Amino acid sequence: MARRNGAPEVNAGSMADIAFLLLIFFLVTTTIETDAGLDRMLPPMEPPEEDVVIKQKNIFTVNINRNGQLLVEDELMDLRNLRESAKTFLENGADGSCEFCKGKRDPASSDNPTKAIISLKNDRETKYSTYITVQNELVGAYNDLRNREAQRLYGQDFTKMESEYLNPETPESVREGLKDKVKRIQEMFPQKLSEAETSTN
Amino acid sequence: MKNYRKSKKRLPAISTASLPDIVFMLLFFFMTVTTIKNNTLLVDNNLPNAEEVKKLEKKDRIIEIFVGKPSRELVEVLGTEPRIQLDNKLANVNDVAPYVLSELSKKPDAIRNLVTVSLKVDKDVKVGIVSDIKEELRKVNLLKVNYTTYEGNAFANVK
Repeated sequence: MARRNGAPEVNAGSMADIAFLLLIFFLVTTTIETDAGLDRMLPPMEPPEEDVVIKQKNIFTVNINRNGQLLVEDELMDLRNLRESAKTFLENGADGSCEFCKGKRDPASSDNPTKAIISLKNDRETKYSTYITVQNELVGAYNDLRNREAQRLYGQDFTKMESEYLNPETPESVREGLKDKVKRIQEMFPQKLSEAETSTN
Repeated sequence: MKNYRKSKKRLPAISTASLPDIVFMLLFFFMTVTTIKNNTLLVDNNLPNAEEVKKLEKKDRIIEIFVGKPSRELVEVLGTEPRIQLDNKLANVNDVAPYVLSELSKKPDAIRNLVTVSLKVDKDVKVGIVSDIKEELRKVNLLKVNYTTYEGNAFANVK
């Protein structure tokens, strides 16, 4: 009988292939998570020098109570109708200076999108999730209108243009081209969303 | 019989020369991947959903503030009142401004005015504590905030 000198060695030639397979598997399946959320600017602490007089009709008031109910322009409203009524308010265009607005030109509502202000007030006891939904709907109203105008002028969505513009990986030349377009749309519908101090009762 | 003996002799030897390479490769892979998240959550952090979101692109321009109920193991000690977590520590509202300023001073000069505060607030928290934090941020003139959310149907929040 033949004498063995030790156990036979295992072929390790395929080890590299296995490792590469694992590497590729992990590369494909792992996504490096980027957070996303609603961007907001807080108002600065020091009040403006002079008092600006804003006509009541240019303010769209949204109140949220502690039970998550909405009071919009002194009327109870369902959360699902908020976006539509905010859009109607924003593009009302009562003074006729806004030629791209498709609103009804109701003299009792906002003059034009640059003057229209949405004022949000909430209770301290409001749930954060409700608050985010309301914020989402109001930002959505602006985005819907901006998208519509961007589609009309440049044939693409504003939100897509903006995210491409803000993405640091976009080449500089493309960003330069987008800058003016994004600015123009933002000026057509400036986001004027004011938040009052929260009420305690 | 002769043939059998021949094949026995010809068994090739393993080359283990590539093993270190493989191990190093895996090591580097895990090293690069696992350093992304480095703070442990002491509070519940179940974010609400929203649709109209913007991505927070650059990690170095973000200061994170977590708000939520203390996590399950800590409820017995701390109760269920929502708390603020700043960088692995639970804190009070008046600690927010000093923390944010110290984080800001660690950032390079060039990006200081681009810093965004990412508010990661649990969806069951009341707005009161969030507006207190916002008030603190206004005091130190850090006005760019991001309500960090998951991407999804916003109406799922209110059910």
